[in-house]
Amino acid sequence: MSGGRASLALHLGVLALLLALGFVLPPYPHANLARVMVLAVYAMGYNLAFGYTGLLSLGHALYFAAGMYAAGLTVRFGVFPAAPAFMAGVAAGGGLALVVGVLALRTTGAAFMIVTLMVAQAGYLAILTFGRVTGGDEGFVLERAARIVGPLDLSQEGPRYAAALALFAGGLLASLALVRSRAGRVLVAMRENPERSRMLGYDPFRWRLLALGLSGAFAGAAGAGYALLFGYVGASFAAIDHSILPLLWVLLGGAGTVLGPFVGTLVMFWLVDAASGITTAPQLVVGAALVALVLFARRGLMGSLRARLVPWLP
Amino acid sequence: MALGPYLLLAAIEGLVGAAVLALTAVGLSLVFGVMRVVNVAHGAFFMLGAVAAWFVTQAVPGPPWVGFAVALVAAPLSVGALAVAADLLVLRRLDYAPEPTIVATIGLLYILQALALTGFGPDARPVPAPFEAVIQLPWFGVSAYKLAVVGLAAALLGFVWLGLARSRAGLVMRATRSDRAMAEAFGIDTGRVYALTFGAGAALAAVAAVLIVPISQAHYLMGGDPLLLAFIVVILGGLGSLRGTVVAALAIGLGDGIASVFFSPTVGKIVATLLVALVLVFRPQGLFGREAA
Repeated sequence: MSGGRASLALHLGVLALLLALGFVLPPYPHANLARVMVLAVYAMGYNLAFGYTGLLSLGHALYFAAGMYAAGLTVRFGVFPAAPAFMAGVAAGGGLALVVGVLALRTTGAAFMIVTLMVAQAGYLAILTFGRVTGGDEGFVLERAARIVGPLDLSQEGPRYAAALALFAGGLLASLALVRSRAGRVLVAMRENPERSRMLGYDPFRWRLLALGLSGAFAGAAGAGYALLFGYVGASFAAIDHSILPLLWVLLGGAGTVLGPFVGTLVMFWLVDAASGITTAPQLVVGAALVALVLFARRGLMGSLRARLVPWLP
Repeated sequence: MALGPYLLLAAIEGLVGAAVLALTAVGLSLVFGVMRVVNVAHGAFFMLGAVAAWFVTQAVPGPPWVGFAVALVAAPLSVGALAVAADLLVLRRLDYAPEPTIVATIGLLYILQALALTGFGPDARPVPAPFEAVIQLPWFGVSAYKLAVVGLAAALLGFVWLGLARSRAGLVMRATRSDRAMAEAFGIDTGRVYALTFGAGAALAAVAAVLIVPISQAHYLMGGDPLLLAFIVVILGGLGSLRGTVVAALAIGLGDGIASVFFSPTVGKIVATLLVALVLVFRPQGLFGREAA
């Protein structure tokens, strides 16, 4: 299949472009792009559950926050240095998603949305309640000394961009490999027709749990990366708004496409940034963009592109 | 004070919360029941009701009760009209497909919040209560207005129930809910029913907000908590079941009021949210619903 090779070339090309941009961009967009790449990993994780497997969760901020606090707290209290702390974040996000999934996946549809929302809300409240450890509403800042991995000082712009790109590349290539594998096709089958998949011998519960666990691990990696790269850990990352954001990013970019989450995150970030220059209420532009999106481009940017021009886009 | 008066105080506070919650949740439940639409912007309609009440009471001269009475009519009407417009312009064109509709209502929520922020400002603003009387009990005084809120909310709920059960409009609504295609075959303009149901649901949220705003103040972000609680109530009560919704609102409102007197509020909330999640896991049709929607 020529599509396979072309898509691999396309994704590697995007990564190369991002690498080149790291050298030429002026400081402000440079810092923003690093942030977008980390958040795009969160969106890619969300896309695995929502875009490919059809699980509309409204509680992914819980897994992002689990990764963020697992990494942030272990570093803050000197349990681990930065690198193992990152792994702890990935494990926390994935593990928590599995635990929640065992219960939440007994439900579907609206009930699944509300259960995930409720559990995430309980997590958010728990972070506020145990403020003595977590810093509550204000959160805490990670010292520069705690954010050094080998030769890389993550509080400096260059290494930070490189680390963000590495994290993003890992996420992108992993999701590309996953969706092109047999397992990825089973997940899509779960989305399209769970009954028929069950008849063919695939247990929907197990496969959905797998997707949710992977999705949580991605979110945890993004959260841990965010804490270590930007040096801030706070409860706002566990709030409901932060669960809805990846949904928006994925829908904007195109659910069920590998590059969609990144494109969506990038465009939304840019929209909010541009809007806050014009009005004091950038939410207005975001809201209008969302409504326009569902009215006129239901498949999202990459989804529309796939439907009209490049059918092989994974 | 002994335990009894404490409980009474908590019960009164809880009852006020439950009354407002029941109105809000019935609006959400009506929209879900008839249209099968999860309206995330419901909290924004609630907030708009409170903001509209502030503007009206500022604009209307005379004693506070005059402005409040005008707000009680004008706020739900204007918010309802806005919701009808949103239905006609956006939701209808999405054909009410579940996921696009949720995203569109999230977008609507953002738009309305941003508009309120620009037009109304970031500060919380008080609305004067229509009357200031206090009923003196042996242990403490209770604002008569709070009792009036409970009474008014109960009357409105009764009115909604009567309208659904006895009026022609209610009959048409119930017919559309149970089978849209069949209702159309009988000559019902279900598009109009949808638009008016969406408007009525928003108007119920707005009227609930007008009732609570003299107690809690108007703020452009005030819609978050009512939305979440209304969701819990609608789900627990069984989707689309009016009686279940009211019972669940009473249970949650009273429970919240009483628990907040005896427990630290956040630990209570954590336990409550997890319990709600567990109920949904093991009884997805809700505590009172008969079968899954």
